[in-house]
Amino acid sequence: MEIDPFIFRLSIFILSIFVGYYVVWSVTPSLHTPLMSVTNAISSVIIVGAIIAALSGGDGVVFSSSSIYGFLAIILAAVNIFGGFLVTQRMLAMYKKKKKDK
Amino acid sequence: MSANLSAILYLVSGVLFILALRGLSSPETSRQGNLFGIIGMVIAVTVTFLSVGNFSSGFVYVLIFLAIGGSLGAFIAYRIPMTAMPELVAGFHSLVGLAAVFVAISAFINPSAFNLGIPGNIKLASLIEMAIGAAVGAITFSGSVIAFLKLQGIMSGAPITFKGQHLLNALLLVLIVILTIYLCSTQSSNLFWILIAISFLIGFLIIIPIGGADMPVVISMLNSYSGWAAAGIGFTLENTALIITGALVGSSGAILSYIMCKGMNRSFFNVILGGFGATDQTSGSQNKEQRPVKSGNADDAAFLMKNASSVIIVPGYGMAVAQAQHALREMVDTLKKNDIKVSYAIHPVAGRMPGHMNVLLAEANVPYDEVFELEEINNDFANADVAFVIGANDVTNPVAKTDPQSPIYGMPVLDVEKCKSVLFVKRSLSPGYAGIDNDLFYKENTLMLFADAKKMTEDITKNL
Repeated sequence: MEIDPFIFRLSIFILSIFVGYYVVWSVTPSLHTPLMSVTNAISSVIIVGAIIAALSGGDGVVFSSSSIYGFLAIILAAVNIFGGFLVTQRMLAMYKKKKKDK
Repeated sequence: MSANLSAILYLVSGVLFILALRGLSSPETSRQGNLFGIIGMVIAVTVTFLSVGNFSSGFVYVLIFLAIGGSLGAFIAYRIPMTAMPELVAGFHSLVGLAAVFVAISAFINPSAFNLGIPGNIKLASLIEMAIGAAVGAITFSGSVIAFLKLQGIMSGAPITFKGQHLLNALLLVLIVILTIYLCSTQSSNLFWILIAISFLIGFLIIIPIGGADMPVVISMLNSYSGWAAAGIGFTLENTALIITGALVGSSGAILSYIMCKGMNRSFFNVILGGFGATDQTSGSQNKEQRPVKSGNADDAAFLMKNASSVIIVPGYGMAVAQAQHALREMVDTLKKNDIKVSYAIHPVAGRMPGHMNVLLAEANVPYDEVFELEEINNDFANADVAFVIGANDVTNPVAKTDPQSPIYGMPVLDVEKCKSVLFVKRSLSPGYAGIDNDLFYKENTLMLFADAKKMTEDITKNL
């Protein structure tokens, strides 16, 4: 019997939860705020769905009832992607070690 | 682009996201990790363009909207003060949630663009995934908006509770399940809209009863929800990158919520059901007897610190409110010039989000190897000369160790009272968030410094 492709996706999902579990426990507590901003940025990979939705109108039709939602989602996700990664970078640049001159 | 190739590239971007989180295990590797995350995102977006393969006028609009959102995001990222980070993260979570809702709506209206069937006859599994993605996304959105308003101070941080609240929430959740079942059998768009509307309502109702100081748990929880919403949409779109990322973010937020709850010695449900402190506040003020406290000024504090050989600083949310982190660093610099050893002690739930204090100290150029977590430093208080508590309160309360009747009994606290002397910067004697008196105020070795945190710190520096 064929295995439903859904089962494969479910396997990826479950295994990723475990990967996430172990990776996040190894994050140092002092970086928990950057962790939140970077997870926020990567969860905006939902923009993939937004792009498909925005280009769903077909030839000649740019704005249809379904593509408008796609365009709106693109704006929201783009704010998050750029904002999330840049603010994370700004924060991480501030974490410095003690100067060794003393 | 062939479907197999794009699937493999989505997997690559998923792996890069894992590496992005992995990088955060130490500050040295973290910047590289962030770069991996950016590369992963670029790959995912590029692959999507290539696999849709539609470079008509719609494509130009996609780029325009991408640029609008991107520049807005970049502008916010550069302008936001570090003290406002909790608000920013809450605000960003709401955007992910809403984006998930929009994608789900679009897929519902035009399922053929996503290979999910035709309107009125969407594949059953896809419809369920879509409904879950939309519902969780909507809950994330409205919940985050409320969290944002509370953090920003637009809405009072006090818990809003009413009778039958939990019953109402439970009924609404059951209603969502029933609606999803009906949606699957009828494919009715009206049901889909009602489902989304009720989910918005639930997000709102879940967050309003939670008080200001429980925000670390709330933000982590919403972080987790935004991940599950993304994963739901990932299943709908059959997209590996989205499924992996959703799972990562979902478990990350869940772990942070767990750490925050442990830091307060409360169960997750206790926080979610909310209303903490509201009842204790009234009873606490009624039978409070006047006990003598010793209060001093900047001069006394400077004298104590000048004669110390080691000082431990305990920052809390009050430091963020007073924006005192830079003044504090200057004070510490002066202390170090006098060969006084200084370290910082951070409680897991200090501030309004996980790691809040660490970011503020990093902003003020405090080296991260001088900053310690509760377990690392708690034994050092007994050997330190001065503890300087600035803007923290409940996390130093010894009652948590001594009085089983206290609402915060069992919560891990910093052993500040073991120091030879304690300097406590605070504006008044009012109890902290938990509504209980802090025994530390009345200890023999405690000197209260009643002033604004920033001003007091500056005055001490002048007197050193």
